[in-house]
Amino acid sequence: MEPTVGIDVRNVSHAYGARNGRGVVALQGINLSIRPNEFHALLGPSGCGKSTLLYLIGGFVPVQTGTIATARGRVSAPSPERGIVFQNFALFPWKTVRENVLYGLEKLKLDREERERRAREFIELVHLTGFEDAYPSQLSGGMQQRTAIARTLAVDPEVLLMDEPFGALDAQTRRVMQEELRAIWQRKQKTVVFVTHDVHEAVFLAERISIMSARPGRIEHVIDVGFDRNAGEEVMKTREFVELSEHIWDLVRQQAIAATRGAL
Amino acid sequence: MATLFRYLPILVVLALWEAATRYGLVSKLMVPDLASVGAAFWQLLTSGELVFNAGRSLGRAFIGLAAATAFGIVAGLLMATIRPVRLLVNPLVQAFYPMPKSALIPVVMVWFGLGDLSKIVLIFLGCILPVVVSTYNGARGVDHVLVWSAASLGASRRAILTEVVLPAAMPEIFNGMRTALAFSFILMVSSEFILAKDGIGYLIATLGDGGAYAAMFACILTVAGVGFGADRLFGLLIRRTLRWREP
Repeated sequence: MEPTVGIDVRNVSHAYGARNGRGVVALQGINLSIRPNEFHALLGPSGCGKSTLLYLIGGFVPVQTGTIATARGRVSAPSPERGIVFQNFALFPWKTVRENVLYGLEKLKLDREERERRAREFIELVHLTGFEDAYPSQLSGGMQQRTAIARTLAVDPEVLLMDEPFGALDAQTRRVMQEELRAIWQRKQKTVVFVTHDVHEAVFLAERISIMSARPGRIEHVIDVGFDRNAGEEVMKTREFVELSEHIWDLVRQQAIAATRGAL
Repeated sequence: MATLFRYLPILVVLALWEAATRYGLVSKLMVPDLASVGAAFWQLLTSGELVFNAGRSLGRAFIGLAAATAFGIVAGLLMATIRPVRLLVNPLVQAFYPMPKSALIPVVMVWFGLGDLSKIVLIFLGCILPVVVSTYNGARGVDHVLVWSAASLGASRRAILTEVVLPAAMPEIFNGMRTALAFSFILMVSSEFILAKDGIGYLIATLGDGGAYAAMFACILTVAGVGFGADRLFGLLIRRTLRWREP
């Protein structure tokens, strides 16, 4: 049976430095229901707690208040069911591309041949065939992030968490990576939570976009993108794309302005 | 050729030494000329005395250093990952670190006798702290996204420690080991000065006492050369092991 829930976030609040009583409230009363195989973007000004929410879903940071659950049950610790890709790639620098991709596969109960086959498959998926024996330090940022994506996808997680994955790349590479990610997502159906502060990126990639406010982080709007973006880069020139982007920009800007006022 | 150029200052010092003794700037009783040192070296080498004593010394240094490395890495990793261990061990490390370990020579002699064991224990004590401290710093400095990545790929806590934290800390650990290597030579020679029946430090002390200055200098230069060689070799090993850092 097809699961009815991708990720369910209920009444989640989170404060940093809460132990000394003067904590900073990073998230307040977050409710969010992400459908299975949905591509969901978390968009907001910096400091809105969008990465914190992602880390909570990943199980990397313990949930203080509220609950987070996936089809597998309540989230309490990191699990291969929920893979993550970080902005700064987080590759094991002492491992080659192949060894990085194999790392998660070695934790599964697979025979050697199957592991090697899957590593090859995912290296090919991210167009890195021929670079298997290169170390991360020998690769460009874009290639490093492809390796990280292959490493995460190779263990076949149901949920893919992405923390501004293209934020450290140059504009050209970022565009290429966005298109490739879309193509990959269409081939390998997964629930994706994608953190970004780039409105165009969110509109180009996501089916739904949660717009967050800053300090304390709340979800202010959830927007359905609702038009077909399969034409690739050309989509960005269409009227619907431009109008929706501008609309979202306005909403984000309001949050950013409110955040600045709050700080003053 | 580039290597020769890099070590040119050493050749200059040797040339100055030779000149100073040849033209009587210093008394040959204080500093023997290089030719006599060379001759004494050859004699010590062919008689087997030098090789035997250097071998004894290096054996002690190696065992002490190896034990310090093994224990030091484990202790450093435990300190970095287990809070109670950190709270217990950290003050001890801080208190013990600045203390000159050579001050322990008499104590160690009383406790562990005059044989190999006392020297090995002393070298172990001198070498373990740099390894502990560097492992601890290296392990604490590991980027948390590496740990998180491994955890989300299915690694257990133990696997994270040995497969992520340890290799990520390795560059720092090597630096600590290199410091420890230098300490091991210092403690090796100084403990053999005080009381020993063989070893390069013993040889230097007895030759000095007996007034055989040329032979004594030959031994000193040998220790310096072997220490230098060991450090270079270790540097080479580090560079090979950490090849992944080079673009």
